Amino acid sequence: MLNPDIVGRTFTGATAFAVTQESITEFCQAIGEPNFEIAPPTYSIKISLAESEALLKESGLDWTRVVHGDQRFEIHRPVIAGDQLICSSTIENARVVAGNEIVTVRSDLHNQSELVASSWSTLVVRA
Amino acid sequence: MVHIGGSRMSNFESGQEIAPQTFIINRELLVGYANASGDQNPIHQDEEFAKSVGLENVIAHGMFTMALAGRFASSIAGSAAVKELSARFVKPVVVPADADVELIVSGRVLEGGADLIKIEITATCNDVKVLGMAKAVIALP
Repeated sequence: MLNPDIVGRTFTGATAFAVTQESITEFCQAIGEPNFEIAPPTYSIKISLAESEALLKESGLDWTRVVHGDQRFEIHRPVIAGDQLICSSTIENARVVAGNEIVTVRSDLHNQSELVASSWSTLVVRA
Repeated sequence: MVHIGGSRMSNFESGQEIAPQTFIINRELLVGYANASGDQNPIHQDEEFAKSVGLENVIAHGMFTMALAGRFASSIAGSAAVKELSARFVKPVVVPADADVELIVSGRVLEGGADLIKIEITATCNDVKVLGMAKAVIALP
């Protein structure tokens, strides 16, 4: 069970994720995207979900029972090689529906002071 | 897009259908996506493990299916034009060994315009909808 004290709080990653051309190319190739010049719209999940996993596990959530419920991205500009992205994760909501714990995490990715993308992941912890 | 005499004329109107595209999902692609995304959950690679947790078989990463919906959205005006993308993971995409599973993605314009359009995306596998409430906002060039 998630510690209810963390709902509404924002946790900012201590280190930046350095975006390399190799990681963009690998992601593009994995999904069959022909344009390698910028990261595809869902690339940032690579960063945000890892941050959410670390945060939620620390907060007492059983990650082995987690399934992805829904996902939303707002992309202010495409992620590119050379970006140093800092992820801030906010636990926006946590509730229990029919015995399943449902947690919504907002992840903001900044390159220095510029907000590059925001995403929302709803994670369901199966009872 | 239709270009006439050097000026641009948007041909995206509300209600307009966007031609379907078919994407292949198989075990090899799931391994590639696991490596590229960092999501190494064994339910997406290991049949024995997937069955041990009550799944019919290995299932695709929801985010892999969404990435393919993102490719569909990117095909309209390039991947840089996708400003918003959202989806609900309503049914798993089951991926048996040695099989190519077809994901059929189609779209419809919800809000047309000359600069920004909103589309609804439908993704099905074996006639079953696997994404729900899938939408994208796309900036036109």
